Amino acid sequence: MTHKKQSLAYIISASSVGTLIEWYDFYIFGSLATVLSTKFFPTDNPTAAFLNTLATFAAGFVVRPFGALVFGRLGDLIGRKYTFMVTLMLMGGATFAIGLIPSYASIGAFAPMLVLALRLLQGLALGGEYGGAATYVAEHSPDEKRGFYTSWIQTTATVGLIISLGVIMITKASMTKEDFDAFGWRIPFLLSALMVLVSFIIRRNMSESPLFEKAKEEGNISANPLKESFGHKLNLKYVLLALFGATMGQGLIWYTGQFYAQTFLIKICNIDDTQANTIMVIGLLIGTPLFIFFGGLSDKIGRKGIMLAGMLLGVLFYRPIFEKMYQTVNLSNKEKVISTEKIDRKMTAIDGTSDSLLTTTISAAYTDGTQFKKVIKVTKLADATKEAPKADEKTTLIINSSDKWTLIGMIFFLISFVTMAYGPIAAFLVELFPTKIRYTSMSLPYHIGNGIFGGLMPAIATFLVTQAKDANKKAEAAGEAALYAKPYLEGLNYPIALAAICFVIGLIYIKGTGRHMAE
Amino acid sequence: MNTIKKILGILWIALGIGAGYYLVISQALPLWKSGGNDLVPAIIYTFILAPLITLGMSTFGYYAVTGEFNSESK
Repeated sequence: MTHKKQSLAYIISASSVGTLIEWYDFYIFGSLATVLSTKFFPTDNPTAAFLNTLATFAAGFVVRPFGALVFGRLGDLIGRKYTFMVTLMLMGGATFAIGLIPSYASIGAFAPMLVLALRLLQGLALGGEYGGAATYVAEHSPDEKRGFYTSWIQTTATVGLIISLGVIMITKASMTKEDFDAFGWRIPFLLSALMVLVSFIIRRNMSESPLFEKAKEEGNISANPLKESFGHKLNLKYVLLALFGATMGQGLIWYTGQFYAQTFLIKICNIDDTQANTIMVIGLLIGTPLFIFFGGLSDKIGRKGIMLAGMLLGVLFYRPIFEKMYQTVNLSNKEKVISTEKIDRKMTAIDGTSDSLLTTTISAAYTDGTQFKKVIKVTKLADATKEAPKADEKTTLIINSSDKWTLIGMIFFLISFVTMAYGPIAAFLVELFPTKIRYTSMSLPYHIGNGIFGGLMPAIATFLVTQAKDANKKAEAAGEAALYAKPYLEGLNYPIALAAICFVIGLIYIKGTGRHMAE
Repeated sequence: MNTIKKILGILWIALGIGAGYYLVISQALPLWKSGGNDLVPAIIYTFILAPLITLGMSTFGYYAVTGEFNSESK
């Protein structure tokens, strides 16, 4: 019994470490989007470069379902272990290679093309990895502990995100801003090779899943997992049920709580990047053990209720929580110390042209300790007949300790919804499909729900906020009343609407499972 | 409960088609016309979300209407 327990601990840790590294690899791209946009895209239009970087980042999400199909099929044909070894190496290789790509300034358009190709490989690899690891652990777990054991796999995405933020923060702290900009940003990518090597060594001695081995011995392996999964109504209806009744809502809750919250703090609340990332990391660290708690609880009271409760809480409380976050740092609620207000103006020549750049820096302190800084950059063209580029404005706030802990509390609430929706879902999905098509069948709805509906959420929400702000500006210019009272909350309509639909479908169509694996 | 499941199936089909129309005609079309930075969300709405929601929800709704989820739901 002791031996069996040790083996299970080894199985879970070896599977989890590999999956964690894949999430790390996947997320460092997003966490470094701002700096990557200046390296791999033309810098004459920073906004377009940033959007192109986000589009490249999003391409990795969109391609995940294809990875689920390709590697899911392999996993159901040749086995779980070999397939997720391949995805691990593919992910590590692609990430390492991104760290080696010369900049746009060196190789021109090849740079963004190479980045896109490698990002697609990352997405394909992740599409194959998660389903393999979840299936592998689930197939080793007893029925009464499956939620608990697979919940360790569920922590990997969050821990991968924490590590990616941590590695970037440490790398930044260990060098000057100029060095990080010149070469330091490559370090988190290159570090992946070392992590993957360690994971490969840990994983290579793992044995194949016992349920897959049994199915193989009995000749019960699917000859065509894709056709069986999606070509037959009997399975396709469960794939759709898993997607619209569980993974769609779960993906939206996950990305709203863990990714959009970060975007909201930085882009909408204007909190300093490092401070916002610190808030996120602390909130994530406090919340992460809840994945294990809710995974274990699902073994006792069922998966459905916990997952749906996470979605419902998101639907009900997203607007109040994000409103609280916004108002916590809203400068109109604070009192400025007039004597601290400073305005500096500096005119510098733009190299290689006769144009110049006017940089205006406005700074001030507030009575509660908040520090405000706004930098406005305006290009002054020598040729007055030409149209000058739009002024670039950046506001940064450094908030006080009390506000910081309020925000950490809000992030913790968001993460707790994530852990409810996400903690039990691996066990729920593997129990829905039979062994011979499990890898394929569970991977696709997971990666459509999590990767596409969820992964695109921050980009869509940011766009909706921008659209609402623009509409208000136009109305103001026309002398009309603002169309949106709280434009900064408009992005939440997308996750709230779809998570509500998912909740209703899940509530009505998913029956509480008996926690037995389908044969 | 089975009757509710079937009736709601019609709602899912309508929702799938309605969401597709809303995303492509109301949201994406103006973005395609304005071009520039708006092309990224236009592409997402037109080629990713609209087909996924329309086809997926309609098929799910069809299965619900035809009673596929009545006795075998898990």
